[in-house]
Parts: sequence; C-alpha cells; structure tokens
Amino acid sequence: MSVTAVFSALLAGIIVWFLVARRLTAKSWDSGERDGDVGAIHVAPSRIGLWIFMAIVTSLFGLFLSAYSMRMHHGDWSHIALPGVLRVNTLLLVAASIALQLARSAAGKGQAGGVKMGLLAGGALTFAFIVGQLVAWQQLADAGHFMRGSPAAAFFYMLTTVHGLHLLGGLWVWGRMTVRLLGGATLVDLKLSVELCSEYWHYLLLVWIVVFAALLYM
Amino acid sequence: MAHVAIADRDHDAEMHEPHGFMSRYVWSQDHKVIAIQYACVAMFVGLIALVLSGLMRLQLGFPGTFHFINPDNYYQFITMHGMIMVIYLLTALFLGGFGNYMIPLMLGARDMVFPYLNMLSFWMYLLAVLVLLASFFVPGGATGAGWTLYPPQAVLPGTPGAGLGIILMLVSLGIFIVAFTMGGLNYVTTILQARCRGMTLMRMPLTIWGLFMATVLGLLAFPALLVSAIMMLLDTTLGTSFFLPALLSQGEVLNHEGGSPLLFQHLFWFFGHPEVYIVALPAFGIVSDLISTHARKNIFGYRMMVWAILAIGGLSFVVWAHHMYVSGMNPYFGFFFATTTLIIAVPTAMKVYNWVLTLWRGDIHLTVPMLFSIGFIFTFVHGGLTGLFLGNVTVDVPLSDTYFVVGHFHMVMGVSPVLVLFGAIYHWYPKITGRMWNQALGKLHFWLTFLGTYSIFLPMHYLGILGVPRRYFALGTTDFIPDSVHSINASITIAAFIVAAAQLVFLYNAITSLWKGEKASPNPWKATTLEWQTPDTPPKHGNWGPQLPVVHRWAYDYSVPGASDDFIPQNEPIDPKQAGGWGHRSKP
Repeated sequence: MSVTAVFSALLAGIIVWFLVARRLTAKSWDSGERDGDVGAIHVAPSRIGLWIFMAIVTSLFGLFLSAYSMRMHHGDWSHIALPGVLRVNTLLLVAASIALQLARSAAGKGQAGGVKMGLLAGGALTFAFIVGQLVAWQQLADAGHFMRGSPAAAFFYMLTTVHGLHLLGGLWVWGRMTVRLLGGATLVDLKLSVELCSEYWHYLLLVWIVVFAALLYM
Repeated sequence: MAHVAIADRDHDAEMHEPHGFMSRYVWSQDHKVIAIQYACVAMFVGLIALVLSGLMRLQLGFPGTFHFINPDNYYQFITMHGMIMVIYLLTALFLGGFGNYMIPLMLGARDMVFPYLNMLSFWMYLLAVLVLLASFFVPGGATGAGWTLYPPQAVLPGTPGAGLGIILMLVSLGIFIVAFTMGGLNYVTTILQARCRGMTLMRMPLTIWGLFMATVLGLLAFPALLVSAIMMLLDTTLGTSFFLPALLSQGEVLNHEGGSPLLFQHLFWFFGHPEVYIVALPAFGIVSDLISTHARKNIFGYRMMVWAILAIGGLSFVVWAHHMYVSGMNPYFGFFFATTTLIIAVPTAMKVYNWVLTLWRGDIHLTVPMLFSIGFIFTFVHGGLTGLFLGNVTVDVPLSDTYFVVGHFHMVMGVSPVLVLFGAIYHWYPKITGRMWNQALGKLHFWLTFLGTYSIFLPMHYLGILGVPRRYFALGTTDFIPDSVHSINASITIAAFIVAAAQLVFLYNAITSLWKGEKASPNPWKATTLEWQTPDTPPKHGNWGPQLPVVHRWAYDYSVPGASDDFIPQNEPIDPKQAGGWGHRSKP
C-alpha cells in the first residue's frame, strides 16, 4: 500500500509542479494580463491521452504489487520456482520493443520499408512473448502450482494475465495500423501511431521487468 | 503548435454533423447528447435507489408491519442503495453528465478530444447499469454484503446474493471502471489541450477545476477498486485465497487459507476515500460558480479556491485508513491517519469561508439555484463538523457502526452533493433545453428537500450517540434503546417519504417545463462563463457556429465598478479606455 501511496504522491507532485510551472499563480482577475498563450502542452492530444492512460495502468500495477507485498507477510506464503522460460520471454519482449523503436526511427526518416519491417518484427516478437507466457503457465501447472492452493502462483497467473491483456490491447491497435500500412496508407498519416505504439511497448516492457523482478526477488 | 491546431479547427470542424435520428440521438458522439444520456440513466438508477431507501425506512420506522421485507431483502436494499447512489448516480451524473456537458462549452471547445471514446464510455456505463440491475433477478438475488463488500462475509453462504449476486456486482463495477476511464481520459485531455484562445488555466471557471481534479482522482483511485474486484472474483470463482482466510462456514471447513480480509479493506478504502472527493470536488466547483453568479459578485479568493481543490485532491490519497480505525490494523496507523484527516479539513474550511465571503454583501438573488447553493453550505458545514468527530480515533471508536456515521456521511456526501446537483440542474436547464422552469414548484422542491433531509439525518446523530447500531434489520428489545428511538425512527420514515414525494415535484417540473416552460433567453442569469454565450440555445452540434470564442478575462467579472452591466462575459474584449476588471478598478 505504501508503494502505491508514494507513487500517487509522486504523481500528484508532478501534476502540481507542472501546473505551478504553468503559472498557477497568475492573477487572472487582473485585466492587464496578456492574452494568447493558454498554456496548452505542445503535444498531440492522442499522446497526452496515452500518457495519462499509462499513468492509470501504473496505478493499477502499483496496487497489484502493493497487494502482493502485503499478502506475502501472511503465514501460509511460500515462494514458488518460476519457470526458466520467463527469461527467454523477457528477451523476446525486449527485442519487440527494439523492433518498434527501429520502426519509429525509420518513420522519422521516411523509410517505408524499414517501418514495415520493424512493425512486423515487433508484432511477431510480441506474439511469441505471449505464447511464451502460456508455455510458462503450462510449466507452472505441470509443477503442481494452480490458482487454488498457492497464493504465489495465483499472483503469478493474475499479474501475467493482466499484463498480457494490456499487450493484447496494444496488438489490436498494432493490427489496425499494420493493415492500414499494408493497404497503402502514407507514412505521414501513420507516423504518430507508430510513435505511440513504440512508447506503449517500451512502457509495457518496463512494467513486465518490474513485475518479473518483484516476483523473483521480493 | 498542437493547441493552435485544435483551437483553429474552425473549418475542418464544420464537423460531420449527423443527420439520421440514430446517429444524432442514439449512437451520438456529440458531448451534449452523451451528457444527457448519462444524466438520464443516472437519474433513472438514482430513482431505483431512492425507492430502495424508502423500503428500508418502512422496515426501520414500522418494524414488523411490512411482511414482504425480510432480513435478506433488507440487506440487499442497503447494499444496492449505497452502491447505486455513490457510484452509478453521483459519480456518473457529476462527471458523465455535467462533465460531458460543461467541459467543452465552458472551455470554448467544439467537442471532447476523443468523441468516439466518449460515446463508448456511455454505452459501457449503460452496460454496467444493466448488469447491476440484472443481479436483482438472478437466483439468490442481488448481493446484500453492504456497499463496502467486505470479505469474507460478502462471498460466504448466509449473506444474500453470495453466489451470482456478488459476482454480477463485481463484474458491473469492473465495466463501470472501464467506462469511467474512457470518459476520464477525455475530460482530462480536453481540459489540458482544447481550451479556446485566451482560456488560460487560471481563467477557467471553478466548475472545470473541480471536474478536472475529480477526474484525476478517479483515474488514479478506481484501479484500486478494480484490483480488489478482480481478486475477490478470483477468490469466489477460482478458489484463490487473496482475501479469504481459513474458516468454518455453517459447519463446513472451506478450502481457503491465509488470505487477508484487511488487505481488501485497504484496497477498497484507497479507492473509497478519494471517491468521496470525486463526488465532492465537482460539487465544490459548481457551487462556487452558482454562488458567484447569483450573488452578482466575483468569487472570493479564486486562486485560493483552485489551490484548495488541488490540495484536497492530493491529501485525499493519504487519509483512507480513517475508515478502518476499528478494523484491527496497527494502532499507530490510526495516529497518522487522524492527523492527515484533520489537515484535509484546512483547505476544505477555506472553501467554506470563501463561499460565505462571496455571499457577504453580495446582491443575492434568491433564485432556485441560489437556494440550493445556500442549502448546500448548511448541510456541508454540518457534515464536515461531524467528520471532525469521526476523524479522531478516540471519538470514532464508540461511534463506529452507529447511526452517527450514517447521519454524517449522508449529510456530507449524500445530501450536500445532491443539493448541488439540483442547483446545477435548475441553473443550466435553460441552456440545455431552451426552456425556463416553474419557479414556484422549484422553490417548493427546495424547501421540502432541504428541511426534509434535515429532519431525516439530524435525529440520526442523536440515535448514534445513544449507541443505536446501523445495518440492523430490527432493534429488538434492549436496555440501552429507549422508546424514543422507535418514535424517532417512525418520524424519520415519515420525513423520508415526504422528501421522496418532493422529488416527484422535481420530475414533474422537469418534464412539463420541456414544452410548457417559458422560452429561455440565451443568458437568463446574466452569467459570464462561455456556455451562456453560445450563438444558439440549446447549443447546436459544434457549439459555436463558424467562429470559436476568444477569452479576454476571468470567469468572475460581476458588478465591475464603472461597467454598464453588472456582468462582463469572458469573451468580451477589454476596453482599453475603461480597463475593466478588478485588478484595475479605481479606488472608491
């Protein structure tokens, strides 16, 4: 819980700082104040939307991990050995993130071929990651750890599911974008989508690394 | 450049105005239609919750008289009344209803930034409501776990609706959270990015500030409810032990071990306390604008009001465990949370002083919205002061789970926000529908509601001090419960029915005024904010005609010395000769 409280305090701090920096001290009743600059952030609305969404997801995972750390301190807790395939999966997701980053820089340079390659590779690697997670589930179940009985396993299944669902949501957007690209949409139209996709993937990679580290070392 | 791109969207936003009936009124992406859809559904479920509270009052006022109410029903009524009122009515009506309607109009935007997502948000909300209502009709009925849904009792046999009822409740909450997130992303992004020229953050009306901070709180706090809902769903369906300890239920050993009910309480209240402010902050914002407009005076301490909203928002995340003083958590936590609870009273009290100081020597017009606003100040001060009792551990312990708590939270987050909602509906109805209300019926509605709710909830404080426990189906005969308790309970029930009947006056007035009401002028209250300056009343698709408004001043230029009118709209350019506005007034 304290983890989440600290996170929220931090986020609130950032918001307040941000607003103060944007002249929250303005004396707006004073008509001498200059018109014009409304202090909107010079970022596309969909990017703002994505960042806010990532803040919400951070709150979600922060709360799951708070619950995890609180539940650990109860008597029946026992750690489980996590399947080795998870390390391979992590590498797959890192590679997916890199592929999307390459697509992004290709889009910046206007190289359509590079964008296509990067997107397709990124999507394929992400699918491989998800299959890998399913393999990890299978291995854990084979080792006799199910949702019922082992709270550590229950947290593992739950956290990987929630993370996987967020990736699937990303893949849905990725799919629509790829279809548009193969259908002949121009890079100018798609540049922002590619950028947002890569940001979301980096973010979900970070979430996965934090979750994985918590499961391994907490 | 991005904000310029939005602000200048005048032409490409000659927007795709929908023509068919379905795309205009049903699958609409127009923020105003979505707002009305949200508001109608919210008021509909609110009426159901009102009926449920009437049934509860029948049992409490006249125990044993109404045989169709048994203990199981009674718990279902309590639970559904609480959950519907807090989440499906108040949250949805303030943010989905007023947030949707007011944000683009008050900021001088054509619509929300993501209209499609906005439409989706409403339909998800409707789905959440339908799933919730469906739970009344499944075997076992709706859940009777209390609106806090505490495990283990929420999922154990013996609690009504422990099977399908609780599952549908959790699923419905999950859907609601998804709907809220879609809407919330829109509100925040629109406020940050789609303000018209000249609308700086510190020129925004306080309504927008309240809605903004409430949405931020909701976006960060609702995940806590989602996490607890998911984990409880897994506990009841897949047999995990997140919240369920090893226990015996009706003589059977259950297949759970080691789970922590306290963990649920932490998660629930980490959402639950900010939820209070998700409801209160929009009310604070709206009431500030109503008071300023109807007292023909600039709001006292605008900057302080904005900072107080931000401070309350921040602090609301560090007070959650004051709901858990008797839960068995570490007593040192109690000390910490009592302190933060008292600190949050400071910005809140500042707001109350500022409302009163705005009224001070104002040109007070006792219109219906103003009556509701002044009523709000009374009930809010009242509920706030009893909050100081309950925020202190030593005073809270004997009062916990008594009617004192029921009286407190109904005053502070039931009656108060609802009075603001009524005030806001009376205030903006002429803009939304183009018609005026019947004033006399509006005043009747106010006095019945205001005095009626006082006679419901004030005596409850006395019951609480006597030690009458809440949540009991029947009190039975106990030494510490004198006969006066029974007569008070009967009188509360009668008052409750009068208040409920008063809401029929409101509904009648709202519906008949749609065609019988006198045609409203575009700005009947002579208000300064942008929503009153639209070219059409009610505003058409795209809100502003060909040209977006440009803002030159703050939202509170009322009774400016030397000005010809007692209000100057925000989009009125500054006259260099006159240099209106408070900052430049000449000394009297």
